[in-house]
Amino acid sequence: MLLLLQYTLIFASVLLLVALGGCYSEHSGVINLGLEGIMVIGALGGALVMRFLPTGMNGFLVVILTLLGAIVFGVAYSALLAVACINFKADQTIVGTALNILGTALATVLVKAINMSINPDDVSSTIQYVEAKKSFVTYIGSFQFNWFMLIAVIVLIIAYVVLYKTKFGLRLMACGEHPQAAASVGINVYKMRWAGVLISGVFGSLGGISYILAGVSEWKFENGVAGFGFLALAVMIFGQWKPTRIALAALLFGLFRALSNVYIGIAFLANLNIPSTVYNMLPYVICLLVLALTSKNSKAPKAEGIPYDPGQR
Amino acid sequence: MKKKNILQSEGVQSLLASLICIVLGLLLGYIVLLFINPAGAGTAIMAVIKNFMNYSKAALQAKNFGNTLVKTAPLLMCALSVLFCYKVGLFNIGAAGQYVIGTCISIYAALAWHLPWWLCLLLALCAGFVYGAVVGLLKAYCNVNEVISGIMLNWIGLYLTNMILTGVKESTSPYTLHIRTYSKGSILPTLGLDKLFSNNEYVSIAIPLAILITIAIKIILDKTRFGFELKATGFNKNAAKYAGMAEKSNIIVTLAIGGALAALGGAFLYLTDYELWECTSSAVPGMGFNGIAAAFLGGLNPIGTIFSSYFIQHITTGGAYVDKTHYSSQISDLISALIIYLCGFVGFMKLVMKRRIAVAEERSKVTGEVIENKKGGKK
Repeated sequence: MLLLLQYTLIFASVLLLVALGGCYSEHSGVINLGLEGIMVIGALGGALVMRFLPTGMNGFLVVILTLLGAIVFGVAYSALLAVACINFKADQTIVGTALNILGTALATVLVKAINMSINPDDVSSTIQYVEAKKSFVTYIGSFQFNWFMLIAVIVLIIAYVVLYKTKFGLRLMACGEHPQAAASVGINVYKMRWAGVLISGVFGSLGGISYILAGVSEWKFENGVAGFGFLALAVMIFGQWKPTRIALAALLFGLFRALSNVYIGIAFLANLNIPSTVYNMLPYVICLLVLALTSKNSKAPKAEGIPYDPGQR
Repeated sequence: MKKKNILQSEGVQSLLASLICIVLGLLLGYIVLLFINPAGAGTAIMAVIKNFMNYSKAALQAKNFGNTLVKTAPLLMCALSVLFCYKVGLFNIGAAGQYVIGTCISIYAALAWHLPWWLCLLLALCAGFVYGAVVGLLKAYCNVNEVISGIMLNWIGLYLTNMILTGVKESTSPYTLHIRTYSKGSILPTLGLDKLFSNNEYVSIAIPLAILITIAIKIILDKTRFGFELKATGFNKNAAKYAGMAEKSNIIVTLAIGGALAALGGAFLYLTDYELWECTSSAVPGMGFNGIAAAFLGGLNPIGTIFSSYFIQHITTGGAYVDKTHYSSQISDLISALIIYLCGFVGFMKLVMKRRIAVAEERSKVTGEVIENKKGGKK
């Protein structure tokens, strides 16, 4: 049971981080469908740092450098979305999708190239980080506490305060509701949307690195992040674009995702003899059901997905 | 008589924009290769572009050209699926999952029930129709974003397929049984097409069928009332509703047809026995996603899609020929992804072209007027 709690919390943290990232972007008026790709590239940045750090480094430093590596990669990557969607008024769905496919392809090509340059026989797209991973976890009794659980809570509080209590947050949200009105009172819509997308890059990449550190100590980049970016978007929609509700939604989805990892350890579920693929499918099925029930009265930002046109009324 | 600027035609603009996307995509891919290992980058990118021409013997070239075509047919179907839905303003990213469902049903029908090929195709088509309709129902009645439901159904489809096809797999490997050995009647007939490609047994009627379906889609979209309604719904949902069109059922039917097209694509590939399904797959096959690239690269025109699908498949297969000591075959996925990204800029490119034409026209008009005035002045 403790294991279930542990996995639920870690997966919920991942979803929460990414969903909050998406939340910033959407409140500024840009649909960030590329979150999945941003997660992969962020995870790649963090994994590369962990791979090439000298062994025996201070644990705290390892954590900070890894997070920085992830953020730098993720933010740079999200700029690709920003420049296309904000400055060139590209279709946000196409560009987001392109970034998702590109993320996995780019990570695979780069990791394979790095692996091959070190050992010509190693053609895998896997990065190992057994040692570095230990810096991210600490034990409270037999409960494995992952620092990302704390980071997620901090990010949640920051998101709530920034969006609702600061000038910046309220202006950001104005750009997602009615950009022309926001512009009329002197807000630079382009800058605000850039800020929204880049912040989603920060949190998306944190989500990515936390995902590949959840439970495993190596990652095969060919697999991307298995639709987690989209699950996070579903969490965001289920949470009606509000940080606190998003947190609750993330916990629910985290629980179902965790079940597929630990159901064998729970006697009651193991006895049901359901094939493991059913558990693998579960988060996606639940996601569909939840979306079907909650999307009707969507509180989505009004202007999301529409390129900003200063001349429009 | 004034000479009409060739750039004014919408078709020429699309073609030019697509060519720019291809060139830039290849160039960026080349830069990535340079970054990995400068020495072999030129040879590697040429290997991707040459694909089957990497072989020197004509017979081998023909055989491998056939192999590329075998995989172009399913890609074309996925691209059509994306294109058809996009005409109604829907982004069918679920094509990847619908393709997997088509694969699943066609293989199962062949191996478990030994049905003839046309029945396998029909079953796959029906399954895809239903699977696509789910996305449509969710969109029309529950307001669920089709991209997110599509992605969820992609993963559900993948796991379902793994589960169902485990019943017909080889006992010692994760792959499904060979259809050619266990159910010969389920293999798509070749109609002698194999002879054209040095007896490549995988070249089947799937290729002409896919082209016929493309033409049918073109006719539906351009010449029928149904197609007109679909496009009208895509342009402005509210206006279409106001004009008395059933926009809800249009959405559902569109996505269902999109699903059927992508599912047929799956059947077109796996009923040739060219590939076997791996029952432990942990990622959704890239075919559906490449379909997005092909659809946009083809300028969202069914006929253009035939060529763009071939191109995308050409470089995807070509990726296998890069020097494996330095590079990986995924470089072609990278290039297709870059091309999709660049397709996002097509609207901008066309805008620039239109502006240049407008400026040029304005200029010629002004100079024309000046000449007229001078003539007038002489009188």
